[in-house]
Amino acid sequence: MVPFAGWEMPVQYSGIVDEHRGVREKVGVFDISHMGQFLIKGTGAEAFLNRALTNNVSKLGIGEGQYTLMLNDQGGVIDDLIVYRLSDREYFLVVNASMIAEDEAHLRGLGFGEGVEFANISSATGGLAVQGPKSREVFAAVFGPDAVFPEHNKILFSLTGEGVLYLCGTGYTGEEGFEFFAPATTIEGWFDKIVQGCRDAGGGPAGLGARDTLRLEMGYPLNGNDLAPDKTPLQAGLGFFVDLTKEDFVGKSVLDSQKAYGIPTKLTGFRMTAPSPPPRAHYPVVHDGQVVGETCSAGLSPSLNQGIGMVYLPASIAKSGIPIEIEIRGRRFAAETVKKPFYRKPQASS
Amino acid sequence: MSLVPDQLHYRESHEWVDSATGAVGITDHAQHELTDVVYVELPKVGAVVKAGDHIAVVESVKAASDIYSPVSGEIVEANEALSADPSLLNTDPYDKGWICKIKVADPAETGALMDAASYRQHIA
Repeated sequence: MVPFAGWEMPVQYSGIVDEHRGVREKVGVFDISHMGQFLIKGTGAEAFLNRALTNNVSKLGIGEGQYTLMLNDQGGVIDDLIVYRLSDREYFLVVNASMIAEDEAHLRGLGFGEGVEFANISSATGGLAVQGPKSREVFAAVFGPDAVFPEHNKILFSLTGEGVLYLCGTGYTGEEGFEFFAPATTIEGWFDKIVQGCRDAGGGPAGLGARDTLRLEMGYPLNGNDLAPDKTPLQAGLGFFVDLTKEDFVGKSVLDSQKAYGIPTKLTGFRMTAPSPPPRAHYPVVHDGQVVGETCSAGLSPSLNQGIGMVYLPASIAKSGIPIEIEIRGRRFAAETVKKPFYRKPQASS
Repeated sequence: MSLVPDQLHYRESHEWVDSATGAVGITDHAQHELTDVVYVELPKVGAVVKAGDHIAVVESVKAASDIYSPVSGEIVEANEALSADPSLLNTDPYDKGWICKIKVADPAETGALMDAASYRQHIA
């Protein structure tokens, strides 16, 4: 167990590679109780969220969610999060564990104003993520054959005797699955039930280690590694989640300017092209003999059995097929830039 | 339960040394904690090291771990088989998964290390 943002978190159960393969091939359950949840509601909630976040919440129908970013005045990333619209005037936000306090302080600093109610329900709420091709099987086993599986980026919620359950069609692995938030006091019971469901489907519990290798293979950024207060979402390649047609939002002027004049650096994928130690974060990245950056998230991809990673490179070389080198303990190893995602699911043969 | 052979001596940082042969490796407990060893950076043959010197790096999917010499002496052999198959450290940490052999300078030095009983307590 390792301390993570105040929680004791399992890095692994049966082993990172075993859990990783289990999720890709069958199913796994992750404890994501450390993650934060906010409820924002009221007549002013929509306008407030459109001001505070990069994506456009007005595009959300009831029961829909979207990936979005919270920026500082310089257009840098404070946090990446998912916002779901629960009802006409009510939104559910899922934020990173390490950023709960900072996100809340930032939102409060913007001023909620009239008609916005805010609640941080993080400490009272636990969460589990079920991911893998057999997720639906586990869902049916745990919630019953008639329960409705939340489709991709959708949210379902129900009031039970124990409190509100939120079922979200989201994940962080590239596999089909759902995330499930419930009162913290009930999570242990749910975890046991879901672990049993996973085991019956040939899977089991999975830890933070596998969660990290799975999301890295998809090229999903991790805040703190790949997203930073001095990098904009356009530099991180997340322009799809930024609506520059909105009148205004925090950080927009910097993004408008980058859109017009170009970005200095861009988050770029790479893979090792010769045998090497696994790349890891904070290794120097060399191009044409010059250090041009430092690795962000990096590691050995269990699916590809190859070192992969991401690095902010000068825009001129931030494209695929560029030869670079990764410096590991003083030695340089050949790599090349590649498109993300690193891993693509094999198409089922017909 | 981790295997802790009786005839070996152990460092707190989970390396073992066989005083009869000078072979050095990591313990079954260590390989279990690391899991999935994917790369081993071997010591340089001919290097003269002191007890506690950093001699190798073992990398798992999870992390890179420094390996320290349990004894002083000259590295006389490195286990090249680990370059081709690093998972030998997982499957056979006390035999095929040895990391290097050291010509031990002072056999009395092993007295400063843990015996099997102490190491069993150390990891309990």
